Amino acid sequence: MGTILFELALTFYFAATIIGIIELFKGTKTTARVMLLLVVIGFALHTASIIYRYIAAGYIPISNPHEATSFFSWCTVLLFLILELRYKIGLLGSFIMPLVFVLMLSSAMLSREIKPLSPVLQSYWFGIHTVFAFIGNAAFAMAFGIGIMYLVQERYLKSKHPSGLFQRLPSLQSLDEINYRLITIGFPFLTLAIITGALWADKAWGGYLRGDPREVWALITWLIYAIVLHARLISGWRGKRAAILSIIGFLTILIAFFGIKLLGKGLHVFL
Amino acid sequence: MNIFVVGLNHKTADVDVREKLAFNGPKLEEGLTRIKTLPEVKEAVILSTCNRVEMYTNVKDPAKAYESIKDFLSEFHGIERNSLETALYTHENADAVKHIFRVAASLDSMVVGEPQILGQLKDAFEFSLQKKATGVLLNKLMKKAISVAKRIRTDTKIAENAVSISFAAVELAKKIFDDLPTKTVMLLGAGEMAELAAKHLVNNGVTEVLVANRTFETGCNLAKEFNGKAVRFEDFVHEMVRTDIVICSTGASKYVLIKEQMHHVMKERRHKPVFIIDISVPRNIDPEINNIDNVYLYDVDDLQGVVDVNRQGRQKEAEKAEGIIAEEVETFQRWQSSLDAVPTIVALREKADLIKKEELERLLNKLPPLGEKERKDIEYMANAIINKLIHPPTIALKEDSEDKDILIATLKRLYGLNEKEK
Repeated sequence: MGTILFELALTFYFAATIIGIIELFKGTKTTARVMLLLVVIGFALHTASIIYRYIAAGYIPISNPHEATSFFSWCTVLLFLILELRYKIGLLGSFIMPLVFVLMLSSAMLSREIKPLSPVLQSYWFGIHTVFAFIGNAAFAMAFGIGIMYLVQERYLKSKHPSGLFQRLPSLQSLDEINYRLITIGFPFLTLAIITGALWADKAWGGYLRGDPREVWALITWLIYAIVLHARLISGWRGKRAAILSIIGFLTILIAFFGIKLLGKGLHVFL
Repeated sequence: MNIFVVGLNHKTADVDVREKLAFNGPKLEEGLTRIKTLPEVKEAVILSTCNRVEMYTNVKDPAKAYESIKDFLSEFHGIERNSLETALYTHENADAVKHIFRVAASLDSMVVGEPQILGQLKDAFEFSLQKKATGVLLNKLMKKAISVAKRIRTDTKIAENAVSISFAAVELAKKIFDDLPTKTVMLLGAGEMAELAAKHLVNNGVTEVLVANRTFETGCNLAKEFNGKAVRFEDFVHEMVRTDIVICSTGASKYVLIKEQMHHVMKERRHKPVFIIDISVPRNIDPEINNIDNVYLYDVDDLQGVVDVNRQGRQKEAEKAEGIIAEEVETFQRWQSSLDAVPTIVALREKADLIKKEELERLLNKLPPLGEKERKDIEYMANAIINKLIHPPTIALKEDSEDKDILIATLKRLYGLNEKEK
C-alpha cells in the first residue's frame, strides 16, 4: 500500500513535470492549472505514503536514503505549494517540478526495506535534526529554482532581446526578493540542523565534530549562505550574484546529500 | 431596430478636430441627454477618448439618424457640418457590431492591444446605463463587447507586447522592478520621446519624477508638468544614487555618463537595479555601462528592436483576434434576430398549441369515450381559450411601438421562450 501510494505520487509528479515543460514552450492558463492540480494530487498521495510508512515502521520515516530523499521532495513540494498560493509566481513549477521529480526518482531507486531503527537513531534528536535539515534544504531548493529563473530573466534583459519566456517570468526585483526571503528561511533551519546534529553527535559518539564528510560539507553550505546574507546586508549584494550563489549553495547541498554517500562512508551511514 | 455607429478616430481626424468634438466632463452628460432626445435615436452610448469619439446608437432609420446626429454635433460643438463629414465614419448592424467589438478589443487602437480602451468603454457604458440612455439592445451589445475583449485578451497574446518605444520602456521597467509606485524616474534633458516615456511611466504608477536640464528654468517648467522636482544638471550623477529609472535625451555630442561614474553610483546605491533609457542620437551614455551588474541600459535601437519583435508577434495574434470577433459577431446577430417580432409570435403560438394538445389528450384519455360532436366542442373551446389569451400580446408585438424590443424580451422571459435559441 505504502509503495503504491509512493509510486502514484511519483507518477503524478512526473506528469506535472511534463506539463511544466510544455508550459515553458506553449503556456496557457489551462496548462498552469492542470500542472498545479497534478502537483496537489501528487502531494496528497505523497503525504499519505509518508504517513503510511510512519505507521508501518513506527518511527519518523527519514531513517534511510530512500525515506530521506522522499521527505526532502515532500518538503520542497510543500514549500512550492505555499509559494504558489502566496505569490503566484509564473512558471515556478516548470523550474521546480523537474527537480522534485529527479529527487523522487532517485528515492524510488533506493532500497525501500523497512528495518528496525538502529540504536543511534533511537533518540529524539533524530526527528528534530532531520526535520530541520530538510526544511532548510527545501527552502534552498526553492531558492535554487528562483535563482535559475532570475538568471534566465536577467539574460533576456541584458541581451536586449526579450522574447520567449520574458513575458511570463516575474520581474527581477520580485525574483530577487523571494530568493532572499527563502534563504532567510532556510538559513536558520540549516543552522539549527547543524547545532542539533552536533549536540546529537556529542551524545552518541562523544564529540561535537567528528570530521565526518557530511559535517564538513554542511559547514561549507552554511558558509556559502552566510556569505549571501552577509554581503547583502553589508554591501547590498543582490541580483545576479545572489542568484548564482544560491545555485552554488544548493549544488553543495546535493553533493553533501548524494555525493558523499557515493564517495564513501562517514558517520551518516544511515542516510 | 438598427445598431448604428457614428464616429471619428485618429485615422480619420487630426487631433485638433478630435479635441473639438470630444465629450469631456460635463459635456458628456449634456451630449448624451441631447442625443437621446433626438427623435431617431432610441438608445445611445458615447465613447470619448483622446483618440476617438464614437456614438453607439439604436435607431430606426440609420440614414435619417445620421443626418440628425450630424446636425446635433455641428451645433453642439460649434463645427461646420462640411468639416465634420470628412472626419466621420458610420457602421450599421453587423458592421457596427464588429466595429464595436474591435474597438473594445483594442484592435482599432493607435497602439493595437493597449489596455486602456476597454476601461474607457466600460466607463462610457456605465455612464449611459446610469443616465438610462441604453436599453435591451445596447446593454446586451456593450456587455458582449466587454466579454469579447476579455476573451481576446486571455485567448490571444495581443495585449502582451508593447509596440511603441515608450510602451516598450514601461514593459521593460515592469520586468526589472516589481513596484513602480515606489520608484523614482529622472529625465535627463528633454525631448518629445523622453517626455512621452516618462508620462507612460507615471501612468503606470511611478510617483517621483526628477528633471535635470542644462537650462535649469526649462527643467523647472518640465518638472511642474510631472509634479516633479528639478535638479541641477551638474548634480545628476549624484542624483542617480536615488534614481531607479533614467531617461536620457540631452543632445550632447559626447557621453555624459561613463562607466567609472556608474560603478561609483552603483556602489553608493548598494547595487539596487537601475534602468537607463538612452533616447539620444548620438548616444549620450557609454554603452559599456550595460555590462555592470544590475544596470540595464537600452538605447533607441535596442528599444526599436524590442518593438519590432513584438510587432511581428502581434500581427499573428491580431489575426487570431479577428477570427474570434467574426465568430462573436455571428453569435450576437443570432441573438439580435431572435428579438424580431415574427419568430417570437411563432414561438408563442407553438408553445400555446403544444400546451393545448397535451391537455386535450390528457382530458380525452380520462373521460369515457365521447361522441364526435362533444370532442369537437371541447377542442373548439380549448382553441378559443388559447387564441383569446395570445391575441393581445400578438397585436402588441405587431404594432410598431417605441419599446418593442423591451416587449419582446419581456414576453420571452415571461413565457420562457428563450430555451429554443440555438
